[in-house]
Amino acid sequence: MDWITTVDHKKIAVLYLAAGGLFFGIGGIEAILIRIQLMKPMNDFVSAQVFNELITMHGTTMIFLGVMPIIFAIMNAVVPLQIGARDVAFPFVNALGFWTFLFGGLLLNLSWIMGGAPDAGWTSYTPLSGSEYSGTHGVDFYTIGLQIAGLGTLIGGINFLATIITMRAPGMSYMRMPMFTWTTFITSAIILFAFPAITVGLVLLTFDRILDANFFDVAGGGNPVLWQHIFWIFGHPEVYILILPAFGIISEVIPTFARKRLFGYSSMVFATILIAFLGFMVWAHHMFTTGLGTIANALFSISTMLIAVPTGIKIFNWLFTMWGGRIRFTAANLFAVGFIPTFVMGGVTGVMLASAPADFQFHDTYFVVAHFHYVIVGGLVLGIFSGLHYWWPKMFGRILSESLGKWTFWTFMIGFQLTFFVQHFLGLMGMQRRIVSYLPNQDFDLLNLVSTIGAFLMGVGVIIFLVNIVITTKKPVNAPNDPWEDGRTLEWTIPSPPPEYNFKQTPLVRGIDAYWKEKMAGNTEMTPAEPVGSIHMPSATPLPFVMSVGIFIAGLGLMFSKDDFGNAFMNGLFNNYIVLIIGLVITFGAMMLRSLYDDHGWHIEPEDQDEKGARK
Amino acid sequence: MMKQWQVAKRILPLLAVFSLLLSACGREDLSVMKPQGPVAQGQYDLMKLSIAIMIVVLIIVFAIAAYVLIRFRRRSGQNDIPEQVEGSFKLEVIWTAIPLLLVIVLAVPTVKEIFAQGADLSNDPNAVQVKVTSHQYWWEFTYPQYDVTTAQDLIIPTDKKIAFELKTADVIHSFWVPSLAGKMDTNPDGTLNKFSFSAPNEGVYRGKCAELCGRSHAYMEFKVKAVSPEAFDRWVAEMKAPAVLPEDTQLAEKFKTNCLSCHAVGDQGGPVAPNLTGIGGKESVAGILLNQREGQEEGKPVLDNMKEWLHDPQSVKPGNTMPSPKDLGLTDEEIDGIAEYLANYKLDYE
Ligand code: HEM
Ligand SMILES: [Cu+2]
Repeated sequence: MDWITTVDHKKIAVLYLAAGGLFFGIGGIEAILIRIQLMKPMNDFVSAQVFNELITMHGTTMIFLGVMPIIFAIMNAVVPLQIGARDVAFPFVNALGFWTFLFGGLLLNLSWIMGGAPDAGWTSYTPLSGSEYSGTHGVDFYTIGLQIAGLGTLIGGINFLATIITMRAPGMSYMRMPMFTWTTFITSAIILFAFPAITVGLVLLTFDRILDANFFDVAGGGNPVLWQHIFWIFGHPEVYILILPAFGIISEVIPTFARKRLFGYSSMVFATILIAFLGFMVWAHHMFTTGLGTIANALFSISTMLIAVPTGIKIFNWLFTMWGGRIRFTAANLFAVGFIPTFVMGGVTGVMLASAPADFQFHDTYFVVAHFHYVIVGGLVLGIFSGLHYWWPKMFGRILSESLGKWTFWTFMIGFQLTFFVQHFLGLMGMQRRIVSYLPNQDFDLLNLVSTIGAFLMGVGVIIFLVNIVITTKKPVNAPNDPWEDGRTLEWTIPSPPPEYNFKQTPLVRGIDAYWKEKMAGNTEMTPAEPVGSIHMPSATPLPFVMSVGIFIAGLGLMFSKDDFGNAFMNGLFNNYIVLIIGLVITFGAMMLRSLYDDHGWHIEPEDQDEKGARK
Repeated sequence: MMKQWQVAKRILPLLAVFSLLLSACGREDLSVMKPQGPVAQGQYDLMKLSIAIMIVVLIIVFAIAAYVLIRFRRRSGQNDIPEQVEGSFKLEVIWTAIPLLLVIVLAVPTVKEIFAQGADLSNDPNAVQVKVTSHQYWWEFTYPQYDVTTAQDLIIPTDKKIAFELKTADVIHSFWVPSLAGKMDTNPDGTLNKFSFSAPNEGVYRGKCAELCGRSHAYMEFKVKAVSPEAFDRWVAEMKAPAVLPEDTQLAEKFKTNCLSCHAVGDQGGPVAPNLTGIGGKESVAGILLNQREGQEEGKPVLDNMKEWLHDPQSVKPGNTMPSPKDLGLTDEEIDGIAEYLANYKLDYE
C-alpha cells in the first residue's frame, strides 16, 4: 500500500527500477528466443508469425519499457540529491508518470495473452501496421500501450526540467551542476520536443486502425512515408534520450574512481547540447533508401557525420580525465571504462552508416543491428550497470558485492562482443535483419551460432547481477555516506539511504564538485545555507495510481470497441464505448478529487529529523 | 585537395590490408564485399574509405585508453590526490578539429557518389527499362520496351544499364541485390523510386527483400540473371511465344481453370500471381526453393521443389496468398501432373 501511494522520489526510483527490470527481463528473454531461432539455418523453433512478434516486442519493450525506466529510476534517485533538493518539483505528478508508464507497459505486454502481439517491427511502418495487413489487435496494443507509457515519460521529463531549473541549492549555477544532472536536463528537454511527435503519430495510426481514417492509406489519399517521417522525428532523438544519461553516468563514475575532476567540463556541457541539437536534424538518415532524393540524402549524410565531432570531444575528455589519475577498478568503474571502447565502436559504425550510398548497402541488414546494439547495449546498458553499481549504496544503503559485480562485467562484456561483433560481417555478407530464417550455405551459419552463444553468455551476466542483488539485500544496511570515499557531488554528503527529506539543511554550493571542494578545504560536511527548521512534505496519495488504472481501462475499451465477443453483454459494454467511458470517468474523477480537495501536506519537525535515513 | 590526398596516401596501405581481409568474406553472388558491378563497386569503395578512417580512429582511441588504464591505475599505498586539471583549451581544440577533418574527408566523396548514383535513366533509350512490382511475397518484373512480364528471376543483358522503377502492390518492401547495388524501397503510388545498375559479368546474383513486410519477409528472395545480349534477345522472343499447355487435355483444362485464373503462361492467363512462363528453367521455385544448377552444390531437382510447393504452399511461405491446390479440388495425381508439366516448361535461350 505504501508503495502504491508514495510520492517520494526515492521510492518512485525503486518502483521504476523494479518495473524497468521486469520489462528488461522480458525483453531479454525475447532476445534469447530470437537468437535460438537464428542459431542455425532454416530452424523451426518458432513460427514466422511468432518471430515477427518477438522482434517487435523485443525492440519496443527494450527501448520504451526496459532501459528508459531504468534511466528514469537512476534520475529519480540521484538528480534531486545532486542538486541539493528535497524532492522533485511535482511529487504527485512524478508518481503519476510512473503509474502511467507501468500500466502502458502492462497493456502492451497483455498482447501476448490476448490474441497476438504487435508484429510490424518496433518502427511499425505503414501499411504493414495498418489493419489491412496486421489484422490482430497486436498493433492496437502497440499504439495504445505506447501512448499511455509515453504519457508517463513526457510527464517525467517535464518534471525533471522544472526540478532542475527551480530547485538547485544556493550557489549551484548551471555551470556548477554535476554532469549527470546536466544530461538529465538535456534529455528531458529532448523528451519535451520528441515525444509529442510520437504521440501525434500514434494517435494518427490509432485513428487509421480503429476509426478507419486515411492518414497513411494511399487509397484514401494518405501517405505511408509520412509515418516514417513522424516516427523518426521522434525516433532519432529517442536514441539520444537513451544515450545522453549514460554519458552523464560515465562522467560521474570516471572522475570518482580516477580521483580527478572531469576534464573539460564546459566543453562536455556544450558537446551535450550540440548533440541534442544535431539529434533533431538528422532523422532522415533512417530513410535514405526510402527515396528522399539526392539533395536530401546529401544534406542528411553530412549533418549526421557532424555528430561525430561533439561525441569525439566527449570520448577524449573522458580519456584525459583518467590521464594522470589514480584509477581504481571497482565494478562500477569497470563498466564505465568498458563503455568507452564499445561505445566508440558503435559511434564509428554510425559514421559509416551516415554515408548514404554506403547505407544503401548497410540499411536493414545485420550491420545495422550490430551498430545500434553497440550503442544501446554497449553504451547504454553498460552505463546503466555502471550507474547501478555506483549508486546502489546510496539508493539502498548496501554495497553490491564487488566480486560478483566483476563477474557480471566480464561475462556480460565478453558475451556482448561475441553476440554483436560478428553481426557486422553478417550484414556485409548479405543477411537482412528481421528475418525468421535463412538458407544454408550462404556463409551465415557459423557467425549466427557464435552470436547465439554470446547472447547466452550475456544472459548469464544478467543472472549473476540478479544473484548479486538478492545476496546484497540480505546484508545489513550499513553503507557509509560516501562509500567510494572519493565522492564529489552532493548526494554523497547525506546518509545512505537518505532520510525522507534528503537534506536536513539545504547545502551551500561553492563550486563544481561541491563536496570534493569542501573535503579539499578540510571540511567533512557541507556548509548549510539555511537554519534547521520544520520541513514541508507532500502527502502520500493513491490518486496517481487510480488515474492510471482509469486510462488503462479506457485504452482496453477503445481497442476492443469494434469486436464481436459472441456475447450480448460484452458486446454491449464495449461496442457502445461504455468501457471506454468508465475508464475516462475514473481518471477524470480522480483528477477532480485532486483539484477540489486541498491537501497542504505535512511537516517534519526538527526534533524528528534524526540523521540516519530510515526507509519507511 | 592536396591535404586530402595526403590523408588518403597514409590510409592507402591500411585500405589494401582491409580489402584483402574483407574480401575473404561471403559469396561472390551475395556479398557486399565482392561487388560485381560498378554501382556496388562505388558503394564498396566508399565503405572501404570509411572503414579505413574508422579503424584509424579506433586504433588511436584504444591505444590512449590502454595506455591510460595501465599507466594510471592506482597502486597499493598510493593515497595522494592527483592534480585536479581543469581541461586544456589546446587539446580540446585539437580533438574538435581532427574529427571535423576526418568527417570532411569522408563527406566529399560521399556527396560525389550520391550525385553520381542519383542519375535518372528512365528516359534513356540505351537502358533496359524494368518496372519492379513487389508483392507479399514475390517479385514481378515488367519490361515495357519488350512487353514482357516475368517473376522471381530478373533476366538482364550484360551490356546495358538497367533502369528500374520500383513500386509495391501492397506493403513496403525493399529491392536489394547486394553484389550489384544497394537496396531501394518499393513504395506505393505517389513516391515511386528510380535507380539503376548494371552487371557486366554473366552470372546469377542473389536478391533479397530488405524491409520487414510480413510473415514470409525472410523468404522473399529473387535472382538476377545476367546473360549475354544475344541470349537476352532470345529470352525475350521465347517469352513472347504462345503458351505451352499440358499435353493431357484434361489436365490442361484443370490447369486453365484452377491456375490461370491468377497466373499467366505465355499469352494466356491472368496477371494477379507470378508469371509462370518457362518456370521449369528458373533458378528457384517460389524464390526460395533453390533448383539444382550446374556448378552449384546446393538445390534440389526442380520437380521435387515444384511438388513441395504445390502440395503445401503455406509451409514454404507462411502467409502467402496462393490457395492450396488441394483446397481447389485437385487430386494428388493431378497436382503431381501439373508439377511435372511445369518442371519441364523451360525456355531455350542460353
Ligand atoms: C541480451 C541482449 C540482446 C540480444 C541478444 C539482442 C538481440 C537482438 C536480435 C537478434 C534482434 C533482431 C534483429 C532483427 O532481425 O531485426 C534484435 C532487435 C532489436 N533489439 Fe536487441 N538484443 C539485445 C538487447 C537489446 C537491448 C538492451 C535493446 C535496447 C535497449 C535492444 C534493442 C533492439 C531493437 C530496437 C531491435 C529492433 C527490433 C525491430 O526490428 O523491430 N536489444 N535484438
Ligand atoms: Cu518484402
